Amino acid sequence: MTEPVFSLKNVVVTVGENTEILKSLNLDIFDGDFITVLGTNGAGKSTLFNAIAGNLPISTGQILHHNHNIANESAVTRTNYIARVFQDPKMGTAPRMTVAENLLLAEKRGAKRRLRSRGLTKEKLNEYATITKTMGNNLDTRLQTATGDLSGGQRQALSFLMATRVKPELLLLDEHTAALDPKTSEQLMLATNQQVTDNHLTALMITHNLADALQYGNRLIILNAGQIVLDVRDEDKKMLTEEQILKYFIA
Amino acid sequence: MSIIVSSIGQGLLWAVLGVALFLTFRILNFPDMTVEGSFPLGAATAVAMIAHGVNPYLATISAFIVGAIAGLITGLLYTKGKIPILLAGILVMTASLSINLRIMGSANISLLNQKSLFSAAFLRHLPKYFDSVLVGFVIIVIITIALIFFLQTELGQAFIATGDNPNMAQSIGIKTDRMTIMGLMLSNGLIAFGGAVIAQNNGYADINMGIGIIVIALASIIIGEVVFGELTLNERLVAVIVGSILYRLVLLAVLQLGFSTNDLNLISAFVLALAMMLPQIRHALKLDTMLKKGVAPHD
Repeated sequence: MTEPVFSLKNVVVTVGENTEILKSLNLDIFDGDFITVLGTNGAGKSTLFNAIAGNLPISTGQILHHNHNIANESAVTRTNYIARVFQDPKMGTAPRMTVAENLLLAEKRGAKRRLRSRGLTKEKLNEYATITKTMGNNLDTRLQTATGDLSGGQRQALSFLMATRVKPELLLLDEHTAALDPKTSEQLMLATNQQVTDNHLTALMITHNLADALQYGNRLIILNAGQIVLDVRDEDKKMLTEEQILKYFIA
Repeated sequence: MSIIVSSIGQGLLWAVLGVALFLTFRILNFPDMTVEGSFPLGAATAVAMIAHGVNPYLATISAFIVGAIAGLITGLLYTKGKIPILLAGILVMTASLSINLRIMGSANISLLNQKSLFSAAFLRHLPKYFDSVLVGFVIIVIITIALIFFLQTELGQAFIATGDNPNMAQSIGIKTDRMTIMGLMLSNGLIAFGGAVIAQNNGYADINMGIGIIVIALASIIIGEVVFGELTLNERLVAVIVGSILYRLVLLAVLQLGFSTNDLNLISAFVLALAMMLPQIRHALKLDTMLKKGVAPHD
């Protein structure tokens, strides 16, 4: 198999005196992997994301990005190649700025922000209308609306588009559909799958929806007590059932 | 008539402070107390330099730089030192009191018989108080246009996003600490610049001239918002200028009622408190519905 894009080697995250949330965790993420991440509350899913994104320091171990250890890089530096969508629709967008302005901001991820005109041209607006239309929730008609006035589903769809506007080497989806109603949630899940597949994105997606975890992605991991207790891909993943998964949930 | 012209002139000159404070108070979303120190700091710097024979234009620009340094210190205390913003501002404000005394050498310096921004020949041919109106107008127009341009740049948009949602800003690679420091430097630089201009207009710098500045600057922001309601960002900057002039006219009216200039700080605080409570009062008294009922036909 080819070299992994990201590789976690014996990663330990400790809080307080010596409570280990991640216990010597190992994970290789390959180009094009769409990995669904399952686990009970407190299993360490969010901690895993925070450790990868750089929001939480790791105690020992290495986080390799193309064989280069990034464990000491700041979270802002890592945004050059890692993008993230949060569970809370309020987290991912600037409420007083319009949809178009938010997209424009996201377009500069990894680039220097200079003292030159932001360049919100007619062509840009047309382009944004096209990409927002793919989300299928009328976001394209609200480009000039402040994002604070959007529905939760629209805001979350926008957060997703912003995260993928500049193709990240790794996309972290942190229960990004959990705060939405079932219909909106399903719609965003479909759009997510479409974008991840079409653009050949490498993604990790935390979910509590077992059906989603089984249906989407080419790989599935289950975390329990800070360790990966199941890691299946492709054919093996397709054979997996909800009953089998639930067995791993017993602590 | 001439006192109204004077008020408009003062409103335009002081509008620089409102617009500058807007950058921190409304865009970055926090109250920056540094301004009470950077305002007299700018005044002291410019007046002391002019008194030593420096060109007034150069002295006024130097005031901007000194103010920006005060903002930089507050920014570093807040972002790197992790001191809460309110306290960081108060620390720099307090420290600058001593700095101001060092710069001025005494509690006040007069500009009597010195050149200033207001001593250009053509200004002296204008009717009384029209010099402040003209200078104030030119300065605020230049600053506002520059800020409108800045806020529409890539950098300006990153600055706005930092105040709007710091988590999101960081997640798309914006260095929020740097943006915060930049905003504080720009804001305090402009406040000090305003202090330099106002001191030259008054003809002196005084160690106590910073007291109550934040209330006056806030008053122009809030009055502008109360009067105009929902506006775009660019329009809001203009609303601050109008707010600043309205505030001066309100002061004028109150002084006409027989209050003394010693009561100015009390009146300023009262006007600001009233303006800030206006939406609440309107809601509590149901003034809107009462007015509507008054004009609507009975059903």
